[in-house]
Amino acid sequence: MKGNEALAEAAIRAGCRFFFGYPITPQTELAAYMAKRMPKEGGVYLQAESEIAAINMVYGASAAGKRAMTSSSSPGISLKGEGISYMAGADLPGVIINVQRGGPGLGGIQPSQSDYFQATRATGHGDFHLIVLAPSTVQEMTDYVFRAFDLADEYRTPVMILADGMLGQMMEPVVLPEPKTEFPAKPWAVTGHKGQRTHNIVNSLHLKPERLEETNVERYQRYDRIKATEQLAEEYRVEDAEIVVVAFGASSRIVRSAVNKAREKGIKAGLIRPITLWPFPADAISAATDRAKAILTVEMNMGQMVDDVRLVVCGRVPVEFFGRAGGIIPTPAETLAVIERIAASLEGGAR
Amino acid sequence: MSKIVFERPHSLTDAQFSYCPGCTHGIVHRLVAETMDELGIEGTTVGVAPVGCSVLAYEFFGCDMVQAAHGRAPAVATALKRALPENVVFAYQGDGDLASIGMAETVHAATRGEKITIIFINNAIYGMTGGQLAPTSLPDQVTQTSPYGRDVNEAGFPIRVVEMLSTLDGVALAQRVTVDTPKNVRAAKRAIKKAFEYQVEGVGYTIIEVVSTCPTNWGLSPVDALQWLRDNMLPYYPPGVYKDVKADGFANVAEAAAARALELAGGGEV
Ligand SMILES: Cc1ncc(C[n+]2csc(CCOP(=O)(O)OP(=O)(O)O)c2C)c(N)n1
Ligand code: SF4
Repeated sequence: MKGNEALAEAAIRAGCRFFFGYPITPQTELAAYMAKRMPKEGGVYLQAESEIAAINMVYGASAAGKRAMTSSSSPGISLKGEGISYMAGADLPGVIINVQRGGPGLGGIQPSQSDYFQATRATGHGDFHLIVLAPSTVQEMTDYVFRAFDLADEYRTPVMILADGMLGQMMEPVVLPEPKTEFPAKPWAVTGHKGQRTHNIVNSLHLKPERLEETNVERYQRYDRIKATEQLAEEYRVEDAEIVVVAFGASSRIVRSAVNKAREKGIKAGLIRPITLWPFPADAISAATDRAKAILTVEMNMGQMVDDVRLVVCGRVPVEFFGRAGGIIPTPAETLAVIERIAASLEGGAR
Repeated sequence: MSKIVFERPHSLTDAQFSYCPGCTHGIVHRLVAETMDELGIEGTTVGVAPVGCSVLAYEFFGCDMVQAAHGRAPAVATALKRALPENVVFAYQGDGDLASIGMAETVHAATRGEKITIIFINNAIYGMTGGQLAPTSLPDQVTQTSPYGRDVNEAGFPIRVVEMLSTLDGVALAQRVTVDTPKNVRAAKRAIKKAFEYQVEGVGYTIIEVVSTCPTNWGLSPVDALQWLRDNMLPYYPPGVYKDVKADGFANVAEAAAARALELAGGGEV
């Protein structure tokens, strides 16, 4: 199955019956798949007039208590920022897919990871976070979307799947999950009070500063719970690694083969692949740092996640960065060369 | 024995309106609430509050309410109605919200024929932010951001919203009313009720524009504001029915659109 289609099918199996999109490369297959499948599932596929409208439709469907999703690529996610902020402010669940392409501006249409900051720091205005999941295979695209809807409902927060054009276009075999049949109750949803309760209000406005602060504090307590329980990272050959490479999504695939080649050459390299970009898997990286001599972060951008890595490493060992931007995927060979250079400098006692 | 002739509609909460004295927002709230009472739909209605002076409408209407981002109420209402097809969904919007920042959402919800009702408050000004030029501000109208009057060569022309929307096939009812006199208030009520009824019947998208006052930012007393409305607003924004597919003999917008397409294909001959 193609990555983009797997994202769509898994969402449907997770009980998503409301999809709102706007065409953009490289995620078009996802919307096309939804357009075909949704009517057959009694769901709604709606091509909105813009990404702004699409995310606000997610807001509306989610307010009504439904599982809803939108997908786009980088420039479109910028437009969704407003609606995502309102969703966070109104504590609405929902899933947003970003099949990233290079930027800034119109950028290009080739795969990129240059929306890391946007996804983990500032998707929109205000104090808030999304849960951000970064798949690296088509199977993970399937699994993480399925999981994203549960996380969104459990923590009443928007969840983003941060993929990229390479993963979206990739064909791999997948095992699809069984369709979900039981869903959590949403007593806060606006469904009409039928005269049986006081009116429900979905809202992010709090004119009293004390009240607004309270809502922020409550949300950050939820974020603390998420940080404590939801951090996920894959560790590959890190037990004895002296050089720990940190990479997520598509770039982690390249790093994995570079790590294998380095091992063949006797270099003790390993890979930590953050699966949750927010909450950042600080615990795994910190533990690996205790044993490592150097950390290398590899990304398809000019250096974004490396900031989070540096915060965790906190000067204990050197942190290097290697990245390609503009839609260029780093090769295993050039990544290996960077690992070898670091290994040589460690050996030469350059420090 | 005395009889109660004037009660607070059940569909309004006990919350105190936040509107300025003499502002017509309050009247229109009451008309919407009376309509919900009379149709017995408070318990199945979901309302959408905009960004503008009526942002707190979610506290005033007794039905379930959603607050939407500036201009996005039609997109939010679209999804609510798609998610809750058995419910009644309305959005309440000012002119900045509906006709400036939210024009794309407005036009597309209308042309899709979303079965929602829009209550559009046209007071020719941005009330909440303190009286700036609105897309419906009149030529030569002085506002905070048109201190020398709206120069149409610079700021362009005001938008006649219901006339424009009435050209779209998805629209079932596009009507302009005002609330300057008891008689006009009653007419406005009939229009609002009709819009909700059309929604319940699934006829199509409905919009009622209410030519309104903003005494505070017009810098007029409530009574003078009503006179200014009659002298300046109504000539530019004449009340009337601009589209009503049922009055034209159709059951819904799809039938009306098909007939129109036939008519156009026939080279305009009927
Ligand atoms: C994205 C965004 N831009 C601007 C504002 C500021 N703002 C709040 S209300 C408003 C205009 C409201 O005017 P109108 O829709 O005419 O409603 P009224 O207040 O007159 O009832 C603006 C521009 C905002 N809240 N959000
Ligand atoms: S500012 Fe104008 S529109 Fe807003 S409540 Fe006051 S009078 Fe009404």
